[in-house]
Formats: sequence, C-alpha cells, structure tokens
Amino acid sequence: MSNRQKLVVIGNGMVGHSLIEKLVDSGAAAHFDITVFCEESRLAYDRVHLSEFFAGKSADDLALTTGDYYRQHGIEVRIGSAATAIDREQKKVAAADGSQVDYDQLVLATGSYPFVPPMPGHDRSNCLVYRTIDDLEALTAAAKNSKVGAVVGGGLLGLEAAKAVKDLGLETHVVEFAPRLMAVQVDGGGSAILRSKIEALGVQVHTGKNTKEIVDGESAVHRMNFADGGHLETDLVLFSAGIRPQDELARGCGLELGDRGGIVINDQCQTSDPAIFAIGECALWGGRIFGLVAPGYQMASVAAAHLAGESASFTGADMSTKLKLMGVDVASIGDAHGNTEGSRSYVYSDEVAEVYKKVVVAEHGDKLLGAVLVGDAKEYGTLLQYMLNEIQLPEYPDDLILPQREGGAAVGLGPDMLPETAMICSCHDVTKGDIVSAIDNGSTDIGALKTCTKASTGCGGCAPLLKSLLDSELDKRGMEVNTDLCEHFAFTRQDLYGLVRVGQIKTFAELLEKHGTGTGCEICKPAVGSILASCWNDYVLQKPLVGLQDTNDRYLANMQKDGTYSVVPRVPGGEITADKLIVLGQVAKEFDLYTKITGGQRVDLFGARMDQLPAIWSKLIDAGFETGHAYGKALRTVKSCVGSTWCRFGVDDSTGLAVELENRYKGLRAPHKIKFGVSGCTRECAEAQSKDIGIIATEKGWNLYVCGNGGMRPRHADLFATDLDKATLVRYIDRVLMFYVSSADKLQRTSVWMENLEGGLDYLRSVVIDDRLGINAELEQQMQAVIDSYACEWKNAVEDPESLKRFRHFVNSDRGDSNVMFVRERGQIRPARETEKAIVEPA
Amino acid sequence: MSAIQSSTQQWVDICAIDDLTPEAGCGALFGNDQVALFYLPNQPEQIFAISNYDPLGEANVLARGIVGNIGERMVVASPLYKQHFDLRTGECLEQSEVSVPCYTARIEAGRVELSAP
Repeated sequence: MSNRQKLVVIGNGMVGHSLIEKLVDSGAAAHFDITVFCEESRLAYDRVHLSEFFAGKSADDLALTTGDYYRQHGIEVRIGSAATAIDREQKKVAAADGSQVDYDQLVLATGSYPFVPPMPGHDRSNCLVYRTIDDLEALTAAAKNSKVGAVVGGGLLGLEAAKAVKDLGLETHVVEFAPRLMAVQVDGGGSAILRSKIEALGVQVHTGKNTKEIVDGESAVHRMNFADGGHLETDLVLFSAGIRPQDELARGCGLELGDRGGIVINDQCQTSDPAIFAIGECALWGGRIFGLVAPGYQMASVAAAHLAGESASFTGADMSTKLKLMGVDVASIGDAHGNTEGSRSYVYSDEVAEVYKKVVVAEHGDKLLGAVLVGDAKEYGTLLQYMLNEIQLPEYPDDLILPQREGGAAVGLGPDMLPETAMICSCHDVTKGDIVSAIDNGSTDIGALKTCTKASTGCGGCAPLLKSLLDSELDKRGMEVNTDLCEHFAFTRQDLYGLVRVGQIKTFAELLEKHGTGTGCEICKPAVGSILASCWNDYVLQKPLVGLQDTNDRYLANMQKDGTYSVVPRVPGGEITADKLIVLGQVAKEFDLYTKITGGQRVDLFGARMDQLPAIWSKLIDAGFETGHAYGKALRTVKSCVGSTWCRFGVDDSTGLAVELENRYKGLRAPHKIKFGVSGCTRECAEAQSKDIGIIATEKGWNLYVCGNGGMRPRHADLFATDLDKATLVRYIDRVLMFYVSSADKLQRTSVWMENLEGGLDYLRSVVIDDRLGINAELEQQMQAVIDSYACEWKNAVEDPESLKRFRHFVNSDRGDSNVMFVRERGQIRPARETEKAIVEPA
Repeated sequence: MSAIQSSTQQWVDICAIDDLTPEAGCGALFGNDQVALFYLPNQPEQIFAISNYDPLGEANVLARGIVGNIGERMVVASPLYKQHFDLRTGECLEQSEVSVPCYTARIEAGRVELSAP
C-alpha cells in the first residue's frame, strides 16, 4: 500500500496522453498511483494526421507513445478497457470487465464520438464513420468492393474523410447539408473557391442536400434520397457530420453538463465535482467546446499543474487554424464571418489563380478581428499575430492581403512589434519569449529552434514568422551568424558548389585564386575536395587533390588511434559468396589483421600499417573486391534484409534492389556520409527508416523514405512517396541526392539539411516530384555523370606509381613506425597500451 | 626557432624534392627521429620540418595532416584530433604549453636536407 494519491484518467487520446506526459515531465507523476482507461485497442495516436494513413503511414507511424513508456513510469494503462460508471460518493470507477478502481482524483478525457444523423438506413452495412484507426481499417476493407463513395459532411473532417475515400481510389462525393462547404470557418467567397479547387480534383460536391434516408440502390449498393427529391447512388457512405462530446459517464454520475452536452468546467478545468477534471473535446468551457487539439493540450497543462499542486488557468483558446485540405490551403482566423458589431471587411478574390483572401477589421480600422484565406495562406502567421496581440494595423490594411507588385513596399509584421507573450506557435504553445530564450541558450538556426522548442513542427504555419524572428533577434545581438565556410572563403558551401560547377573549376588552387584568400585549412580543403569529387569525380589521390583529402580519404582507409588503418572492401547489399568470405579470411590471416563485422553488413580489417595498404588492396582486388569508401563522406552501404527470395514474409526482392542501388551510387561523394536501407516488407528488418534513403517493399511497389539517420541524434526518415515502380524510385533518389549534394552545408547530414530547408519535406517533394525549380533533368544528368565516371580508387592507387610512393612511413627508409605495437586479445591483435609497450616488440 | 647557420653547419641529405608532393606532408627518418616534412612552394621558406609525433594523439601521424594558415601562422592539423601545430615554431595553437620539436630544412640542388642538431 503506498501513500500516494490515486489518479484515474479515463481516455487515452491525444489530450489524455498529453496530460500523462506533462505529469511525467514535471515529476508530479511520481506522487500518484496512476491508472489510465484506454477504450480503443491502441494507445494514443495522432488523430490530426489520420488521413496520412492512406498515404502510406501505418498505425505505428501515427502512434504517439508505447507500452514501454507507460511501464517505465509505473503507470497502469488498461488497453481496450472501457469505464462504465463513476461512483462519486465512494470515489470508484467501474470497468466493463466488472472490476472497480478507486480514485482520489479523476480526469475525464473521453473526447468525442462521431455524430451520425439518425435517418432510416444509417446503420446499413458499408455506412461508416471516420474517427479511429479501427474506423479507417473498416473503411479500407469496405473500399475494396466499392466503386463509389459518398461522405456526409462538408466541414473540416468531412473534407479530410473525402480525401481518404479518394486516396482509396473511389469516385468521391461530398454531401453537405449547409449551402456551402466549411460553413463554420470559411465565408461564401472562400467556400466557392475551395469548392472549385476540390471539384477540379475530381471530387463531386453536393451542397444544400438534406439526406432523408438510405435505401437499396439500383446501380450501387445504396441510394441516398435527399429532401429536395434528388438522390445519389453510392456503394459506401462515410458519416463525417460532426462530433458530439462523450459525456455519458458524467451524465451518469450527476456532473453538470451543457444544454447540448459537454462536461462543464471552470478555469481550472474542474467539473462541478472538485475531485474530477475534464479536458479536451468532452469539456465545455464558457459555453464552448474546443474541437482542436491545441486547446486540449492547454487544458491538459492546466489540469496537470493543479494535480501537481500549482495553479494555472484555462482562459479560452484561439480557434484559428491553417491546414491543407485535398491539397488546398485553407485558413481561418478569429471572427472570420465579421459577426462583431461594427466590423468591416476587405476582400481580395482572384478567380484566375483561385485565391480568396479576406480580412475583418474593427470599426475604427485599427485592429484585425478575423481573416479567411483560401488557395494561398502564406499571410496566416502575420495576420494571426495582428489578431492575437491586437497590434495596430498599417494605414492600408488591405496591403496585408493584396499581391505585392514590382516596386511596391513590402508589408509585414516586424517581429519586433510582437510582445514577449505573443504566441508564435499555437500547436505547441511556444511564445516569442520562449524562442528568445532558446536563441540565448545557443539555438541559432531554424533546425535547432525546432528541436529545442518544437515550434514549426506541427502545422508549420508559423515557419516564416519563426525565421523572421530568428533573423531579427540575431541581428539585434550583433550576432550575425557568419555563414562563411572559413577564414579563406567568404561563401557558403552551397555558393562554392555553384561557383565550381558554373566556372568548371577543377582545382583548389584555381578556386582559391578566383574566390578565396590565404592558403586554406582543414575546413575548406576537404569541403572543396568533396565538391570537386561530386562534380568531376576525379581520382582523389592525384597531386593537385591529395593535399585536400581529410584524415581517412588521404590513405583511402580509416585511421585508428595508433596511426594504423582499417580496411573495408565493398560488399553490396551485404551479400557475399563463400569464396569471397574465404578471401577475406585469408587476407586477414596473411597480414594478421583484426576482423570485425560492421553494422553496414560488411567486414572490417584492422591493424594495417600505411605501407601495407597497397599490398592488402591488391589481394582484395584480385579476388574481385572494390573499395567500400568506409573512409569517405560518400555512399557507405545499402543495408538489406533477405526479402522475397528466401523469406516467407518478403513481399519483394529487397536484396536484389539493394545490390543494384549500391552498385549504382558507389563512388558518389557528398557533404557527409550517406547510408541506405532496403526492407522487403513492413517488418523492416533492414532498418530502412533510420537511413538517409530508406526503401520498403509494398504490394504495389516501393515506399521511399528520406533523411533519417542513426548515431548521436537518431532521426526517423520521412515518408516521401509510396508504391513507386523501380524506375521512378531511382529517378527520385538521383534527384534527392544530387539536390542534397548541391545545396547542403559542409558536413551536414541529410536530416539536418532537410530540417533547415524552408518548407521542409513538402518543399523537397515539390522540387523532386513536381520539378518546382526546373532542375530535375540537370540533377539526373549530374548523377549519371558521377555513375559513368566511377572507378575503384584502390585499383587506381595500386596501378599508379606516383600514388604508391606515398604509402611509405618514411620517404628515405623502408622501416615502419616503431611506435606501432600489438598484443593479443580474444585470439586477435589489438594496439598495445602505453604501459604494455615497454615489454612488447615493435610490430 | 631561427635557422642561424654557422660555418660548421652540417646538412643531412633526406630525399629529392621531386619525392615530395606540394601541399601534402611526408614522413622522414632523421637519425632516430621521426620527422614530418612539408613542401609548400608558395611560402618563402618553401620547406618545413617538425616532429612527426603528435603528443596529444600519441601517434606518429603529423605528416599526414592537412596544411594551411590560421592568420599569419602556417599550420598542420593533426589527422587524429585536428589540433594545429605551427610549422615554424612547433607550438600547438590550442594548447600553447604543448609544442613539438622543429627542424631546420632546406632545398639545395633539388635535394631536401635537414640541419644536423
């Protein structure tokens, strides 16, 4: 029996889980025995990005947490267990399985259920709802035998659901009761443009339709009959007509509810019973239910603070939102309909570009009250700040939404005009003050700010404002982040890459003369060496290039702590014949090398003296091996699983593809190392999702993931495109890699590069898939040039007398380095420690 | 360390200048010492020589580092941990109490020679 208070949390959705996270992070969780009721069959997952389930994301990808997290913090979570009743007198919660749990404090985070209009036929088969992953799985199954799908509801969720139906390949209809789509957030003008853009995608929109009943269809499974006499034949009906708070438990124990449902809470998120809190969509505050996740997170913060004995208040939340619906940018801020007395609007409508923008200003024209943006929402961040902070509008408020013509003054909101308390990122509750602190603590680029504060990692609407705030703050501190490569070149790596390509510059001396000063250093020489290699792919140990090479490239091997080297021949796809394995063993024995298997599925041979390298390479080359570039900022390996060739679960030939890709890209040099992984099915045995380029087989092709990595800061790769045929897959990889090579900073991994790309993954997609910059043909040619000029540099070295001369420890003696000494451990050599050297013979 | 030549200066022949690659170091045996030679044709001195032993990394590797300048100082960055050693004075820029021995070198009739201590 512990002395800790008992906390029961009913509901493990996004907000329920957020409460747990906040209690854990603040340390308060340790003071409670916590039991969580999770009604669904899964722990908390990202319901906001549910539609990505149809773009290839799995339930695991959407998961916000794991069972391990709960176990680690000693929190009991009952999955698939529903609470059925609350006894406030006894302070007990009854569960569906008949058990009972005591509580001292109780939090209701039961969320909502999808509202289904009770028309006759609403419960026929293939009449579904759209809220949980289980619902999506049912939708996927139903879609298999359907040609036509109709979504009832043309609001935010309805349009998301329509996208899902469309992604499933059905002829898609949206049926909306109101006269227009998204009637709550968007006005008539914006709605018209939205409808037009959606219809252009092939989705049929029916507004002003009141469905009276669903009966048997003639040309399809169902027929929806409308009040105006019309009808629609469809095989599948998806209800997305609104949500209702799940307040039955509260109702059952007599807590105060709103007239139309919802559990009434005060500013502390307490219900009419002080021992019971309610947060998220089930709660009613000030007569309002907040159907966005950000206010739910704020309520979770408030409740968590109170449970920890601190005070905090929920004072309402801004319901402004910016999202992409079926590829259309839509944003709504504040009083979008101009309901405030005396308010007036400015409207900009461009039917050619299909863009609609409206700002609602207060009676005296000094403050922004609301806005609607459809088709282009880039002003969202600025307009939101004006509204939230009641900042004085410019003299001509319509300048904020009118397109800027050549020569016109740029109108924007200087971040200096924002108070410290201004909310920059509402998805993650990050204020200007939070950002400024992070900058003071060393986060001086966008990537670091994102990692540190989480700003811009939700909807991304605040990204431009975040950047302008960062620039303004750095400027104020006189902290001009110097982007020069080093003291010798007043350019970024990206600049130099451009100068080398365009100017056809082939040597460091030429680049230094034309664009640099001094003699160079260990920063710019390898960076330029790498650029030259990516562009021209010349043998790196030639006289003009050898002095540029960093520690490992200099001798085409990996220098170890004692000045000896390790040797790693290429083993494409991790596949090797018995004969070749034997050769590796023989070479290791002949030179008495220490052998180890690497994470990249190949073999590493240690203890080679610099002067032994050419002899070792010759033996390997004779047996058909090539350099593995383990020493280079280059393509390393393409890790693979066994795949469909042997494995009973494999869906496609991952090994074959891995071998092909490794042979295609071997020799490519880049700002940093590049690693691939290819898995033959979703079990992901090749760990492709932690690689720069990750590929996973699907029933229909290959899914491509980009910009992941392991190491010190592991990063999960992002899903880039799905179900690709091999030719398209290879084209995309060519482009992504060459774009990375041409635009990344020195020693920047693909993950950091993408984090710092303005527009991130979406931008990368637009460049590579939509050819937004018009460079794809060029990128592919540049990659082909590298491929065509491939030559094994070990082979070049052993065949070039000039190179061989450098593989001597002394220019004027055949003696080796007397300081290199080995002892034996576990049957193999290792470098002797200083204390051991007194008693050991030189190697 | 300045190269004051006395009339009894002894020079030891090491190798041909053509045996060295410009801008890339090379190891040489000088008596029992391991020396790192650097041929930098654009510098007035042309040829530099310091000990090959990196006292911080504890290995004979300085000849294999990248050469360059930091301000006025010509330096080599150790290939192990990249500390910089002044090619004229042997001083470590990151830890001024650490330094490596320097040697006097010259190019004479196409040959690289080191001055006997």
